[in-house]
Amino acid sequence: MLKVVGVQTYYGKIHALRGVDLQVNEGEIVSLIGANGAGKSTLLMTICGNPRAAGGSIHFLGQDISRLTTDRIVRQGIAQSPEGRRIFPRMTVLENLMMGALTSEPSYFDNDLERVTDLFPILKERASQKGGTLSGGEQQMLAIGRALMGRPKMLLLDEPSLGLAPLVVKQIFQVIEQINKEDGVTILLVEQNAFHALRLASRGYVMVNGRITLSGGGEELLNNPEVRSAYLEGGAKV
Amino acid sequence: MQNTPQRAVNWSRIVKESLVAGLIALVLFFELVGVRVVDNPGGLGLRSRWLWLLIAVVATAVGRLLLAWRREILNNRPVADLGLTASDSGKSDSRIQIFTRYVAPLLIAFALTLPMMPFANRYIVDIATLVLTYVMLGWGLNIVVGLAGLLDLGYVAFYAVGAYSYALLSTQLGWSFWVSLPLAGLLAASFGILLGFPVLRLRGDYLAIVTLGFGEIVRIILLNWYTFTNGPDGISGIPRPSFFGLPFKRHVPEGTDSFSSFFGLDYSSMHRIIFLYYLILLLALLTNFFTLRIRRLPIGRAWEALREDEIASRSLGINPTNTKLSGFAIGAMFAGFAGSFFATRQGFVSPESFTFIESAVILSIVVLGGMGSQIGVVLAAVLLIGGTEMFRSLADFRMLAFGALMVAIMVWKPRGLLSNREPTVRLADHPEEPSPDLVAEQKS
Ligand SMILES: Nc1ncnc2c1ncn2[C@@H]1O[C@H](COP(=O)(O)OP(=O)(O)O)[C@@H](O)[C@H]1O
Ligand SMILES: [Mg+2]
Repeated sequence: MLKVVGVQTYYGKIHALRGVDLQVNEGEIVSLIGANGAGKSTLLMTICGNPRAAGGSIHFLGQDISRLTTDRIVRQGIAQSPEGRRIFPRMTVLENLMMGALTSEPSYFDNDLERVTDLFPILKERASQKGGTLSGGEQQMLAIGRALMGRPKMLLLDEPSLGLAPLVVKQIFQVIEQINKEDGVTILLVEQNAFHALRLASRGYVMVNGRITLSGGGEELLNNPEVRSAYLEGGAKV
Repeated sequence: MQNTPQRAVNWSRIVKESLVAGLIALVLFFELVGVRVVDNPGGLGLRSRWLWLLIAVVATAVGRLLLAWRREILNNRPVADLGLTASDSGKSDSRIQIFTRYVAPLLIAFALTLPMMPFANRYIVDIATLVLTYVMLGWGLNIVVGLAGLLDLGYVAFYAVGAYSYALLSTQLGWSFWVSLPLAGLLAASFGILLGFPVLRLRGDYLAIVTLGFGEIVRIILLNWYTFTNGPDGISGIPRPSFFGLPFKRHVPEGTDSFSSFFGLDYSSMHRIIFLYYLILLLALLTNFFTLRIRRLPIGRAWEALREDEIASRSLGINPTNTKLSGFAIGAMFAGFAGSFFATRQGFVSPESFTFIESAVILSIVVLGGMGSQIGVVLAAVLLIGGTEMFRSLADFRMLAFGALMVAIMVWKPRGLLSNREPTVRLADHPEEPSPDLVAEQKS
């Protein structure tokens, strides 16, 4: 479904992605893990065309999207819940969700709203509250819900568990699984929380310094000694 | 935030600040107030006014002292608070909503009946017309600054385009006001697009500087393109508006009617004044109505989303360039309408009416009103325009009063008079059930 080949990205002189290869098949949950500054967020942003890839190719559903603008890419069916959630703080929860539905058919709205509020009942309770007044977990739910309102075929999630309490993290990962199983949305999940992410994923990639250094099945990576020592034993206490 | 311990008031800093302010005032006011050139019989001479200077310096220092003291007391409050603290979004939100719900219709009713009030003499109606012109300009700029979040310091350029469009169309081609009006708006909007294309990829301060330059360029072209605009002399003899073809004149050619003769009234110069008042009221309300509607449409939502977070907006499929361009152009269009009105009201336009200070005043109205608040714009326009008109008797001190008023509002309400954003959609009163028809209306 998504095929990233040899992608290079620069921020000015900083060479953030140094030839990344990655593939996501339809219906999968794929996790991308790596330390801070490895380039995970940059990869998600590059897939969305901002910044543009300086080299390599990105194909989505067989079409090269690496030259399209962000809004065109999104209209192909890729949604992102970006790093830091980036909800609209002065808009209400309902308005935030409406913004997510901007690219989809108006006639889907009621159904999609119902689906999102089924997944995250708290969003319904908070519907007329301003986005900026939500708690961190609620904001994350809103960011995911907003992305879903566009009926994406594929959802890119950037560190949805960042800074959240364990119980909330568990709930969010449950919903991610639900979105994948019940709605058939393909998911590319970026996480530092390697344990949860790899357990959920059918496959995973490990990124170091702008390169993919390891890849394999989720279980396989979880049991890989290198992964364990670098991302689990130290970080699993979270 | 209540739990954070109160910090001790830092007196040495306050005093230092106040002394520095006094020093600056001394330097500034030395020439402005301290010494005065006088015409002595034996030639020009200097007269010193040390007492005045002392008063100015002490007033500045004390003012600064009070400001700094107040700030220290409120120190635990974050300065750039977005209005998201619980107390703010809860209590004052609903208070402002109630305020808006009841005050808006009252204001409109007042505006509609104003010319019939016993106290409404020519002077009052004239000022009200002026205030309404700025309300309309403020509402127009509010689309650009308040909704789309684009800081435009050259808004007056579009006002000028509208004014000159009507001036030229009517004097050169003999077009009537109502025919010229849409064209003037369209021309202003095209100028908006013309300017927008190259500059809208700029952000914040850069955009502000470029638009500032654009405003000046337009004024300078008007000043120098003598053959077309008549340069600094301006264009005079612009036709005054008529009431559906009935002119507001005492004497009309044989066989035609004037407004007063048609309605069997005695001629009064007030008729035209009142007609102009209702004309600008109509145009302003149109601007307001348009803004309220478009905020609920996808394009209006996209403007607000871009203002809030450009990266998030893009990742939701919004095309930032087109969206900003449309906001810029629509804002410009309303300035164009207002410009046409200005031209027909004055009967004369010249580049002098379109200096940077106009842009600054309009922007002040939007910012003081609370960026994005429609009623806030009205309040700010009444205060700033009406207020400074009332202070006309203060002569030279009028601009000082204007400045003091702005400082006062910014100190008292740093985010503007009414800074709360009205949601464009609400759920029905039962929190459990999203109202289907409300939601459906939003999507259409
Ligand atoms: N907007 C930016 N401008 C310049 N450098 C950036 C920008 N965003 C990220 N980087 C750099 O690119 C590298 C990868 O960052 P990022 O993709 O955010 O890593 P991760 O998400 O894996 O923590 C880092 O070295 C970071 O400093
Ligand atoms: Mg990151």
